[in-house]
Amino acid sequence: MFDLVGSLLMITLAAGTSLLYATLGEIFTEKSGILNLGIEGTMLMSALTAFTVSYYSGSLILAVFCAALTGGLLSLIHAIITVTLRGNQVVSGLSITLLGTGLSSFLGQRLGPESNGFTLFGLNAHRFHAIEIPLLSNIPFLGAFFHQDILTYLLYFLVPATWIFLYRSRYGLSLRAVGENPRTATAMGIHVMKERYIYTVFGGIMSGIGGAHLSLAYTPGWSENITGGRGWIVIALVIFAAWNPGRAMFGALLFGGINAIQFRLQASGTNIPSAFLNMLPYLITLVVLVLMNVSPRMQRRFTAPGALGRAYVPEDK
Amino acid sequence: MKLRFEKRLEASHLSTILVPLASFVISLLLGALLLAANKANPWQTYHAMFMGSFGSLYNFSEVIVKATPLILTGLGVALAFRLRFWNIGAEGQLIWGGIGASVVGLFVTPAQGGNLIYLLLAIMAAMAGGALWAGIPALLKTRLKVDETLTTLMMNYMAILSYQYLYNGPWRDPEGFGFPGSRQFSQAIWLPKLVGRSTIGIIIALVIALVLWFVLTKTKWGFELTMIGKNPRAAHVLGVNSNKNILVALLISGALSGLAGGFEVLGVSHRLQQGLNLGYGYTAIIIAWMAALNPLSVVLAALLMAMLLVGGDQVQMIMRLPSAVGLVLQGLILIPLLGGAVFSEYRLRFIGDKKDV
Repeated sequence: MFDLVGSLLMITLAAGTSLLYATLGEIFTEKSGILNLGIEGTMLMSALTAFTVSYYSGSLILAVFCAALTGGLLSLIHAIITVTLRGNQVVSGLSITLLGTGLSSFLGQRLGPESNGFTLFGLNAHRFHAIEIPLLSNIPFLGAFFHQDILTYLLYFLVPATWIFLYRSRYGLSLRAVGENPRTATAMGIHVMKERYIYTVFGGIMSGIGGAHLSLAYTPGWSENITGGRGWIVIALVIFAAWNPGRAMFGALLFGGINAIQFRLQASGTNIPSAFLNMLPYLITLVVLVLMNVSPRMQRRFTAPGALGRAYVPEDK
Repeated sequence: MKLRFEKRLEASHLSTILVPLASFVISLLLGALLLAANKANPWQTYHAMFMGSFGSLYNFSEVIVKATPLILTGLGVALAFRLRFWNIGAEGQLIWGGIGASVVGLFVTPAQGGNLIYLLLAIMAAMAGGALWAGIPALLKTRLKVDETLTTLMMNYMAILSYQYLYNGPWRDPEGFGFPGSRQFSQAIWLPKLVGRSTIGIIIALVIALVLWFVLTKTKWGFELTMIGKNPRAAHVLGVNSNKNILVALLISGALSGLAGGFEVLGVSHRLQQGLNLGYGYTAIIIAWMAALNPLSVVLAALLMAMLLVGGDQVQMIMRLPSAVGLVLQGLILIPLLGGAVFSEYRLRFIGDKKDV
């Protein structure tokens, strides 16, 4: 029994890692008032970049760095369109997802070596392996937490760090002000545009690392649509987590766990319930969205940043 | 010197034509760079794409096959966006249209036989399916103020998973040789063909575009809808019931996308099977945006997008380039388009170094 739970937990953590990176990033982006629906496309392009760089250079650090850079650049496009040019955030994010989906599919069939017909599919590259932490990894059940790859371990620090940054630091205060009421933030002397740029790009970088974890650790290799809708689950997770990094961790574990159980069920040959399991994250989020607006208690717990999704136009007085 | 945006008193008309055109050209240029970097001749590629779309009557009929769902979903999205209702759920609404039509196709129509009435029933069921999937977020928005962007997005995935479940599970054809999909519908309810695989669906879609254009621009109701989107406060003062109008408009919006899904299963696949979630519902958002939410321009933008898709397929066959070229070009159009939109509402002004007020 411990074995089953332990191995499920191990997959859960691995499945939750890419989700949590992207979710933490998107929380910061949304806290600054920018909704980025481009996560799916960003993760795809970063997963592709990470795998390609790892394949040709053999360096995992370079691969993750380039994936983060790709994520940062794609979200910089989003920032230019939505912050400076005041374009529609929903449409801009979607266009980045469309572009990322198309471009990753195209490049995935072009960047491979000639011997493989120019495709990256079916190739092997350097990837992250689980590092066992002596003694700790032998604890029954909880040992799963100490039998992970380095990107997952990094999250153990990032979750508290992002929480402290957001709720206990001067920077976090000004970030929340920007997303809550940009006009007041400006009056407080905060540079709204600059902050929105920084946190939108930061969100892209985090999605980029999440994407890298997919192609270098969780499902090593490149396949078209490797994200399988994870970018949309991230959007759901941010709401589920009520824009709080701590709760995002539990959310990522829950949604990752659903993924892990489904993995199991598929392996055992039962295919039907997986549709319902897969639907759960979206259904739960839908329920949370409704509850957020219905029950006053929930309303207090789940409040979206006040200016989320709206362009800031300083001239409008 | 400093650059600054200044709000125009009236939206610039010239830029509503110039910006989409320039965006298309920019996307072709960026695409050419990408192709050249991949050692493919951009001119040859674009030529192949163009010939692949217009080279023969059959090729053009393929463009129509893709344009039909794109026009319908594009119209649905444009209608919702006019009310500032960010319905990004056309994908799910299309799928539920396919499910609705399949209910009639599989359980109402006899396996052999049937007649035109069943076809009409199936089409109505498709519209009902789409309207249902759009009605839920519309109700949540108007009754409980639940954000529609997120609900429609979540419901897309729920729709994809439900139709995959249906054709893999309970509706799967036991005689399908392990092929996942429902049994074929009776021929009596297949949508009549025009040329190649194209059906009369395109004619219906064009008529709907005309009707919608007329309703939105020439009738009192259309005026009210535009007002709700542009100036909700004025609409309220004039006694326009926003909530009721949003709900009705969204039911129509969903029904249009549902119709697209219905035409796909009744006209193209003749059964419920994979291939409804090809992203038409997302492309529809680009189309609506390119068309500046005008139903007649939606037709043109949808044809252009369909051309890129069919052209992409052709490029794969002729030039052995990934068909995703079409998708890349689609994605590339939207970015300059969105950025350019600022120029129809604002003008760029150079201002001197002196302190601005």
